[in-house]
Amino acid sequence: MVPTAYYIILSAALFTIGVLGVLIRRNAIVVFMSVELMLNAANLALVAFARERLNVDGQVLVFFVITVAAAEVAVGLALLVAIFRTKNTADVDEVSTLKG
Amino acid sequence: MEPLQIPPVNLILLAPLLTVVGWASALLLVDVFLIPEGKKKLTGYLAIAGLLVAGLVGLPLWNVSGSTFSGMLVLDRYSLSLTWIFVIVGALSIAMALDYLPRHGIEQGEFYPLIMFAVAGMILLAQGTDLIVLFLGIEALSITLYILTGFAYPRLTSEEAAMKYLVLGAFAAGFFVYGIALVYGATGTTSLAGIAEFLGRQTLVAEDQTLLLAGAGMVLIAFSFKTALVPFHMWTPDVYEGSPTPVAAFMSVGTKGAALAALLRVLAFAFEGVQAYWLPVLAALAAITMVVGNLGALGQTNVKRMLAYSSIGHAGYILLGIMVASERGAEAFLFYLLAYALTNLGAFGVVIALEQQGESVWSIEDFAGLYQRRPMLAVAMALFMFSLAGVPPTAGFMAKFFIFTAAYEGGLGWLALVGVITSAIAAYFYLRVVVKMFMQEPAREVQPELNRGLNADIIIAGVATLLIGLVPTPFIFLAQQSLVALGG
Repeated sequence: MVPTAYYIILSAALFTIGVLGVLIRRNAIVVFMSVELMLNAANLALVAFARERLNVDGQVLVFFVITVAAAEVAVGLALLVAIFRTKNTADVDEVSTLKG
Repeated sequence: MEPLQIPPVNLILLAPLLTVVGWASALLLVDVFLIPEGKKKLTGYLAIAGLLVAGLVGLPLWNVSGSTFSGMLVLDRYSLSLTWIFVIVGALSIAMALDYLPRHGIEQGEFYPLIMFAVAGMILLAQGTDLIVLFLGIEALSITLYILTGFAYPRLTSEEAAMKYLVLGAFAAGFFVYGIALVYGATGTTSLAGIAEFLGRQTLVAEDQTLLLAGAGMVLIAFSFKTALVPFHMWTPDVYEGSPTPVAAFMSVGTKGAALAALLRVLAFAFEGVQAYWLPVLAALAAITMVVGNLGALGQTNVKRMLAYSSIGHAGYILLGIMVASERGAEAFLFYLLAYALTNLGAFGVVIALEQQGESVWSIEDFAGLYQRRPMLAVAMALFMFSLAGVPPTAGFMAKFFIFTAAYEGGLGWLALVGVITSAIAAYFYLRVVVKMFMQEPAREVQPELNRGLNADIIIAGVATLLIGLVPTPFIFLAQQSLVALGG
């Protein structure tokens, strides 16, 4: 049996890649993919812990996370289409009329 | 593995939540099939009615308490009081939107059920006692808000604001889930009571301690994003400016209130045992939030952005009550939330009245000379500004007084001092609006638009702001009663 620590290290690596993706990449689609990576890294950690503890709570949470991620991406892509229609770009940096 | 069991379910405890969700789902269908185009206001009235019914359904539950769904959801007076606050916030936001949407050409019937779904998410946050439920509550609230923020399609600023909000919100959600995973790894449970019990029962081995603290930290980051604590606040002014004004009003009080209410439960129950770790972190966050929020508002000429920064500053004050995590602090939190919600909704109501068709400026110059044109509107705005600044005899003053007292008594004297100093700085930009309204000549012709929904909103908010300030005793009593048997 693969030790749980290995799974956690892998999931931490995936999570970090996801965070960096959101921060560095400028294409909105890639940003969404990076967010998915973050959520799925968390799912991996949850499942690994659930297996180690022989407890289903963690696996149940994974279903909720998958559902929520799907809903979030659906809204995100709809927004992206709306922006693309007016601006013809999916680059998050080019959409910046509001200044913080 | 133990077999899955269907837990006993007591739906009575969820009556307000179920009412809101059921009503909103039905309303979506009614809106599509029964309400003709151009009469969508009816949907809005029905939505307000649904929220009020949900509030009434809660009344007989005042003396009921208990938990259901294997301790994942709880009904206590704390959650019930919060439910009422959220229902009021939702109803007033809809009232503001009734004429706003058609005037700006973005009227769609879905708007009103969406606000109801967001309120349902907020109630879920108030009732949740399990990290899974809190995650669902936050997401139910956030996803509806992404849609509402982008509601002013095809105005590009609205879509852009929604996109920014969504990317940062999803980013925060990633942190939240990963934090839950780590906490689960350390303690083997996601229930707040379970975590508390685990922490109280045994000392953690170093490895689990690291996991738990990292997890708690990530959960805290996610909450900081949702409540716009500095340094996770960058999105707030942009999102408020871009979104339709009633949505900004709803977000400024609703999201913050609900997320902070959940944070209070998480900190006070689940992570009470590791208070030594989170207290200094939160104290630092609260201090910079108060300072940056109020300083940021100083230079704004756009009223919506100013109110956005002001809401950041107020989140810092509310955080003081949460950090104390005592009964006193929770009371102060509830009282502050009520006072702030009503005041801020009123202020946004006035901003909506001044918002011109087809424009998106919200310049502070538009307030110049308002007193000569619409004296009552100017007086109401002055009242809200005084309340936000914390000038007696308004609700804002009493709320700040309680929060600072609670913080001082809870041993956070220096934070109370930071709070008082930043409030003094804040008075400058709140009173600038008042000075403009009463002492300057109008810069340009601005025709304030008032209508039934907006009038009702401003009158209710104004009367409540004064009433809470003049006779705070019943409201304090209510807040105290709300904390009887507050538990996870």
